[in-house]
Amino acid sequence: MAKRIEASNVSSYYGSFKAIDSVSMTVEPKTITALIGPSGCGKSTFLRSVNRMHEVLPGARIEGSLTIDDQNIYDPDVDVTAVRRMIGMVFQRPNPFPTMSIYENAVAGLKLNGVKKKAILDEAAEKSLRSANLWDEVKDRLDRPGAGLSGGQQQRLCIARTIAVEPQVVLMDEPCSALDPISTLAIEDLMFKLKDRFTIIIVTHNMQQAARVSDKTGFFSIDKTGDPGRLIEYDDTQKIFSNPAQKKTEDYITGRFG
Amino acid sequence: MSLLDREVPGVVMTPDNIRSRTLPVAVNLAIAAGAFAVAAAVVFGLAIGNWVLVVVLGAAFYLVGLNVVAGRIEGRRAARDRAMKSLIYAACVLAILPLASVVWTLVSKGIGRLDADFFNTSMNNIGARDPEGGAYHAIIGTLEQVGIATLMSVPLGVLGAIYLVEYGRGKFATTVRFFVDVMTGIPSIVAGLFILSFWVLIVSPWFNNGQPRFSGFAAALALAVLMLPTIVRSTEEMLRLVPGPLREGAYALGVPQWKTILSVVLPTALPGIVTGIMLAVARAAGETAPVLLVAGGAAAINFDPFGGNQQSLSLFVYQQAGDASRYAPDRAWTAALTLVALVLILTVAAKLLARRNKLSR
Repeated sequence: MAKRIEASNVSSYYGSFKAIDSVSMTVEPKTITALIGPSGCGKSTFLRSVNRMHEVLPGARIEGSLTIDDQNIYDPDVDVTAVRRMIGMVFQRPNPFPTMSIYENAVAGLKLNGVKKKAILDEAAEKSLRSANLWDEVKDRLDRPGAGLSGGQQQRLCIARTIAVEPQVVLMDEPCSALDPISTLAIEDLMFKLKDRFTIIIVTHNMQQAARVSDKTGFFSIDKTGDPGRLIEYDDTQKIFSNPAQKKTEDYITGRFG
Repeated sequence: MSLLDREVPGVVMTPDNIRSRTLPVAVNLAIAAGAFAVAAAVVFGLAIGNWVLVVVLGAAFYLVGLNVVAGRIEGRRAARDRAMKSLIYAACVLAILPLASVVWTLVSKGIGRLDADFFNTSMNNIGARDPEGGAYHAIIGTLEQVGIATLMSVPLGVLGAIYLVEYGRGKFATTVRFFVDVMTGIPSIVAGLFILSFWVLIVSPWFNNGQPRFSGFAAALALAVLMLPTIVRSTEEMLRLVPGPLREGAYALGVPQWKTILSVVLPTALPGIVTGIMLAVARAAGETAPVLLVAGGAAAINFDPFGGNQQSLSLFVYQQAGDASRYAPDRAWTAALTLVALVLILTVAAKLLARRNKLSR
């Protein structure tokens, strides 16, 4: 069910500020794609453009086209809600809903979209929590607040919440940046597991992580502050980390950037 | 000697000596006793005041004395720390004193008429020489008027705040926000006059054979006008405190915006919103002028908020406090106590209901 994503000449703006300049890339189904690059280079902005989360901010808009299996998600008659149901997102900081229990958090996407049958919800909760490697840790306290879990557990709860609605694509915006190495490993293992079912795009500052988990890697960069970010190089992860075509990419991954 | 070491010798902490002396409690108490003794001597010796001045002056002397002595013993930094702490405690006590005094006065004076009669009878046919009479009609009036006002202003106010936070962009929202701010400053008498000229004099004759008529509903309208800006502003502030990532988290699950607001944003902000609403309710329950202007007040029981004069507790207090009867002041005090108790009960009940359901510990 995973889908192919094709971005062509995507430029994003915050008001009059151009954050990324004509990014084009194709993401194959059931792969993990990592986006790396220095802070402020627009990789998060690009990621947020893929499920139309970019436009939530006032004054934000986008140019170019982004197609999911040949449907342009930026066509004027597209329902934003339907796009976001298809393309889930995990954020940098865990954001479980504070008024909901662990169980309610896990099935929030289903419940808030009108699924009422308890049997379906129970099954989805267990399935998604198991997929997120969290079930064994929380199965005895599903009615406790989701915000009471540790940071790593909260992030896995957010992943469970995201995959419970069965999206085709999962976007991850630095999902491990606030986590310790053990939780990070748990989430990386999880990504390998999820790869069978979903297309995953992950933004990360951790190059080892990008090298470990991804099939393809895109390197974003900016020339100087105030310039829009560009996609410098996009290729197989193997190639990017062993023999990059661009000098800039090589400088960045070897730590000689700037 | 580093730059930090210019203090009392033997007191200062250096890398070699991280200990410091502390002020013994006995010395602290001695300073307090001395300060109040000096204050008493000054005040009564010069005959310039009573015990209140002794307390205030004594507190000031104590703070100064403590600072000086502690500076000698503990060093300047520790003494400043101590002085600031005492200052904050003193401010806290000073803030609580009037409140405690109000409560004490209300209870001690209001207990006199706190009997079944007071809550079961009205002032109908009670003359200046009758010790009976009660506030039943006023309690009914307050509950109905504040209740109707709340029913009108809470949905409007909360929805308005949701518009301002979640949807409002550009000039229109700015204008709305500006006028809500202006409305916050409306004196209650002006709200009363507005409803008097608009509802009582223009609209109510249509329902009453051409005769303008006072009513509890008119009072509720005036109270709603007063409650609305408070509710909008407090709800707006509370909604703004809900972190954006929570909304984005819900959007990312494909939840539509209205559902996100209803199921994620509002529940998260609920305790704060309820606090704001209860502030507005408390203010409305205490308003006298608009009720006097548009409900007129009454001595008899009137359950119908649409038909004729109605009493309210605050208006009852106002009238009884100014009444010539020797029994009236007691009724006024008890009514005031009842009003405070009523608001307290409502607030506690609302807080209990609004606790983040079963999840909050």
